Amino acid sequence: MKTLVRPAVSLFLLLSALTGLAYPLAVTGIARAVFPEQAAGSLIRDDRNRVVGSALIGQQFGAPQYFWGRPSATAPRPYNAAASSGSNQGPLNPALVEAASARIEALRAADPGNRQPVPVELVSASASGLDPHISPAAALWQVPRVARARGLPEARVRSLVESHAEGRQWWLLGEPRVNVLQLNLALDALGP
Amino acid sequence: MSLHAWLLLGAFLAVLLSTTKPLGLYIAHLMEGRLRWTRPLESGLYRLCGVRPDEEMGWLRYALALLLFNVLGVLAVYGLQRLQAVLPLNPQQMAAVAPDSAFNTAVSFVTNTDWQGYAGESTLGYLVQMLGLTVQNFLSAATGIAVAIALIRGFARHSAATLGNAWVDLTRATLYLLLPLSLAMAVFLVGQGVIQNFDAYREAATLDPAQSGPQLLAMGPVASQEAIKMLGTNGGGFFNANAAHPFENPTPLTNFVQMLAIFLIPAALCVTFGRMVGDTRQGWAVLTAMTLLFVVAAGAAMSFEQQGNPRLAALGVDQAAGDGQAGGNMEGKETRFGIADSALFATITTAASCGAVNAMHDSFTPLGGLVPLANMQLGEVVFGGVGSGLYGMLVFAVLAVFIAGLMIGRTPEYLGKKIETHEMKMSALAILVTPLLVLLGTALAVSTEAGRAGIANPGAHGFSEILYSLTSAGNNNGSAFAGLSANTPFYNLLLAAVMWLGRFGVIVPVLAMAGALAAKKRIAATAGTLPTHTPLFVALLIGTVLLFGLLNYVPALALGPVVEHLALWMDA
Repeated sequence: MKTLVRPAVSLFLLLSALTGLAYPLAVTGIARAVFPEQAAGSLIRDDRNRVVGSALIGQQFGAPQYFWGRPSATAPRPYNAAASSGSNQGPLNPALVEAASARIEALRAADPGNRQPVPVELVSASASGLDPHISPAAALWQVPRVARARGLPEARVRSLVESHAEGRQWWLLGEPRVNVLQLNLALDALGP
Repeated sequence: MSLHAWLLLGAFLAVLLSTTKPLGLYIAHLMEGRLRWTRPLESGLYRLCGVRPDEEMGWLRYALALLLFNVLGVLAVYGLQRLQAVLPLNPQQMAAVAPDSAFNTAVSFVTNTDWQGYAGESTLGYLVQMLGLTVQNFLSAATGIAVAIALIRGFARHSAATLGNAWVDLTRATLYLLLPLSLAMAVFLVGQGVIQNFDAYREAATLDPAQSGPQLLAMGPVASQEAIKMLGTNGGGFFNANAAHPFENPTPLTNFVQMLAIFLIPAALCVTFGRMVGDTRQGWAVLTAMTLLFVVAAGAAMSFEQQGNPRLAALGVDQAAGDGQAGGNMEGKETRFGIADSALFATITTAASCGAVNAMHDSFTPLGGLVPLANMQLGEVVFGGVGSGLYGMLVFAVLAVFIAGLMIGRTPEYLGKKIETHEMKMSALAILVTPLLVLLGTALAVSTEAGRAGIANPGAHGFSEILYSLTSAGNNNGSAFAGLSANTPFYNLLLAAVMWLGRFGVIVPVLAMAGALAAKKRIAATAGTLPTHTPLFVALLIGTVLLFGLLNYVPALALGPVVEHLALWMDA
């Protein structure tokens, strides 16, 4: 047993230094040199160089002139990017149905004329609570409301959505989606 | 199941199986010391550490070495968490972690479970993430590989007293397999958007400030941990949302690569096994059994999740799959992954002992959630953990030849080794210790106030949450029905004990069996020997795995997911 202690301790320390310090530092060094933007969080800046968000992290939207993203279950407020979380509600949980009903009500109240069924992604909380995307169907559903609130023709807003829609990667990976923050930034860039 | 889902599954298997042979052969050469270029660095390291690389260890000494090495890991991870308030690289000034939680996390990462009672971004500083957790991501995976290689040597050697040198096996697996793969994968992940920095959390002004005010973006050295988290089938997320977090898994391509990384080494080890025992067909037979079980599980999970939730359908929600949306049960799933990539990921992460999640299993449909649960309950031998999947499956293979031996009335043998009383005792122990821990632990948790207090969802689902947590801990998976509030002294201590025994309560009997096998003479195959590379044996092996899984867990599954499924669809 005694002859095992020295190799155990010294090998543990050495491999720890290698995998716990040298390796992450090497990755950081390479990342900073080759992919500095991505390594820092794909941050989006406005013309005053102020960080307004990350291209990868969703934000909470509730004003009628913006597209809304997925419901977020993070605490203590939605889209808390320092405390990612899903709702973890099971399919039979009454709280799940209540949350979905309340969300449908809010969506209907903001757009009383819209009789189309609500796409599922607008009523179901994402896994991370920070999902930056919605499906193209969920974006198109909101076009009439956004167009009206901004006084823009619906066709104009619809084509903006379509130009921001990404398909599956190589027709195979992932699902079609629209980045909500980038879509809303593009909307703001159109003017009031 | 849609055409797209089938194509995704097909593409995944095609890419995976194309890597299996070259990587498997590389591992065989590496672990047998046939690669000359590894020697200079290695021998320097051994001199520094007082390791005599030529020293051959018997099974007991090999087991003691691994145990000692892993106990050191627990002490280090525990100490780092308790001291993190005074350690550097902690820009958010995270406080010392509570003793019960720190102990749970230490055992969790050392046993390759990576069960997480805490939330990463609000609990741990960067130094603990790196020097505590990333290190164990490597070393626990290396431990699994070492045990698998020792068991393979048990079959490959004859009339031998030893299984190799634990220090050499740990070092080679870490330096020449896990490190280079992780480095390449981490750099790729950063290129796709996974963050890698030591910045303080960034404040971002939001667009619709009336709604949320400024947003604080969690930061950290994520990519380096994410890579080994998958390659080592560890699964512990840097962030609470794990691989659902856009900073851990930003694109469908990173998702695909992460899924591949989970199965990469477990699949390759089957080839390593065939090569080292001198009959590659044996490895392919094991790999075939794994692949067949996996395809059925993946197909089931994808179908059940696509069905959606009848309670939402009753509210008039559109859950149909179409050009513009994935549809289905999207609660707890990310838009970029939809149904197919989420359900496939869930199947992979629980078939292997990974436990990373890109969707919240707690919100899966009852039968969709039963798939990951059942995957773990089969003992995670469908590819399984790095090393642990193969040694788990080989224990089942020993059991299968034993059952076949009973049926045809001959002494069972596997790979030219007679399977006798001692081997059967050890394999029975290795197979039974986990279900015992899971079922007794579940019984304890549901019958105590402290256990029931953690439940988040009412009804049968609450029982499933507890069953899932014990199943995950006992099988060293680490995924969760995460609604369960498990960061309490009760769960932290119960699950830590279950994780430790579920890991080393299997490893020690497996090594004991390996030692006994190595000592045996090799007997020549005769006309009466059951060949173990044929479709018949593959079927027998699958049957054995399913039989034991079902016998152990069907009553518990009936009380949880099955009841819930009936309740969900009864009045739909």
